[in-house]
Amino acid sequence: MLNTAGLSLEQAPPISIPFRFFLLAPLFGIAAGALLLAVGEEALISRWSPVTLALTHLLTLGLLGLVMCGAMLQILPVIAGSPVPRVVLVGTLSHLLLVGGILVLQGGFFGLGAGLMELAIALLGSGFLVFVSGVSVALWRVRTPSPTIVGMRLAVAALVVTVVLGTLLAGGYAGLFRIAGLAGLTDTHLAWGLAGWIGLLLMSVSFQVVPMFQVTPEYPVWFRRRVPGALFVGLLLWLWLRYATLQLGWSPLWETLWSASIGALFALYAGITLRLQQRRKRRVVDVTLLFWRLAMVCLLLLSGALVAVMVWPDLGSNTRFPLFLGIVLLLGVALPAVNSMLYKIVPFLSWFHLQKRQLTLMCMSVPVPHMRQFVSDTAARRQYHAAWLALLSALLALIWPSLFARAAGGLFALSNLLLLGNLLRAMALYRSTAVALSRCGDDPNSH
Amino acid sequence: MSTITDTMARDHRRCDEIFSTAEEQVASADWDAASDVFNRFRQATEHHFSMEEDVLFPEFESRTGQTMGPTQMMRMEHIQMRQLFSDMERALTSRDRDGYLGLSETLMMIMQQHNMKEEQMLYPMTDQVIGTDADDVLKRMEGVENVA
Repeated sequence: MLNTAGLSLEQAPPISIPFRFFLLAPLFGIAAGALLLAVGEEALISRWSPVTLALTHLLTLGLLGLVMCGAMLQILPVIAGSPVPRVVLVGTLSHLLLVGGILVLQGGFFGLGAGLMELAIALLGSGFLVFVSGVSVALWRVRTPSPTIVGMRLAVAALVVTVVLGTLLAGGYAGLFRIAGLAGLTDTHLAWGLAGWIGLLLMSVSFQVVPMFQVTPEYPVWFRRRVPGALFVGLLLWLWLRYATLQLGWSPLWETLWSASIGALFALYAGITLRLQQRRKRRVVDVTLLFWRLAMVCLLLLSGALVAVMVWPDLGSNTRFPLFLGIVLLLGVALPAVNSMLYKIVPFLSWFHLQKRQLTLMCMSVPVPHMRQFVSDTAARRQYHAAWLALLSALLALIWPSLFARAAGGLFALSNLLLLGNLLRAMALYRSTAVALSRCGDDPNSH
Repeated sequence: MSTITDTMARDHRRCDEIFSTAEEQVASADWDAASDVFNRFRQATEHHFSMEEDVLFPEFESRTGQTMGPTQMMRMEHIQMRQLFSDMERALTSRDRDGYLGLSETLMMIMQQHNMKEEQMLYPMTDQVIGTDADDVLKRMEGVENVA
């Protein structure tokens, strides 16, 4: 049977589904910035303090997680030709459960009340269950999966591992049960969430969107076919080495060596991406390209750090080293990449839905704004600079915490405020144009 | 033997290249050159559309019996892109740099998604149903008149 499903754009979910994820995400970014602004250097002392845990999860679950989930529901019909079944139900329900869960989890970290951690586990667990079930049906229905689909499947599997481990950790935090080797389990949770879920999703989606958005050559076939799978297997092996180091007394050298080779694969990915972008046919530099470059340069830096720790093991025992990795990975790699995608997806979806409506109603008298009218280049660049400064101050705060920690918080909140403003303006223009189109549709004289 | 997929994908790349040159010239406000290159881009793309609408799509439809399926969707997207061409032409005439760049970015997005759907699904499907007649179909496609 020929698969023609993918050619139907009617399968795209209503615009309100991805938009509700995108709009709330920057609010969590603002909250994270405000928290750092309020608490200051205390947040950067250790990765185990409640403030640091709260900050991390505002960023990973609130900001990154929501955008990634919303975007995935949106793009599956386009890049996989396979829509998420009952997408309105899946989107609405997972959105509510996840947002509720993230908020309650914050209360849990700060010990604001008994039973909050348990409630957060229930909300986040069921939210991810709904999301993963919907997305999995769509992903596993694809009969001849492209490397992007294979990579997305692996990313979703990594998400499941991350959520299960997170649930265990949260249970331990709440005192539901005792966990032996909390640090080891946390590192595993981190590795699967960051390198697995975020890393694999970013990589496999970029196989499609980098050539598409910037008109670059394709990623090499061998890379697309082999690397996502190799990384996944690499993470599984790393899990075993972690266990062997902690429980069987193996030399930690093996584990360090292995994580450096995982880092090397990501460095290779970043190198290839930068090279492809250098050879792009579309020479106009837009803000989404700037965000991508920043992300890839930071990814190289991150991989470099993993190699450096192999050469100078003392670096790894410095309490600031994990914070450095976290800042570069979240503020340097993941957020800029997600930010870049938002500035393509939101204006394009707005235009796309409106133009389709215009053609259906035959209302040529109501002009549909183009992408840069939804988000202007100037406004996007302003936010890019704020995001850049926030990253820089967060890195400086590792050296001079008292001077830069609050500044980093303030700048990060500002960057997310600007992002929220840009998204809100785009949605307001979408709404006013949609209203004008329906009015014109009702009035036969205005056609 | 050439395939529809290879030939048409190559033609997509050719159109992309002319598109990018025009965009770059608008970005550097080289209006006279931009207008020439834009016209070349429009002609190349209209020729591509005609090859599909006049030969390839009818061929696909008559061999599969699907007239309301993917080809209809592709025709609809051609209409969307043609509307953007007219808007871009207007922006060129009024030397509206930001307007043109906003429109060209929009066109880029729809064009790349459109091309991806054709190259990954519609063309391979067409190659499958046309089989050994591909050379003959391609010859007829190359002969279409440019309507632009």
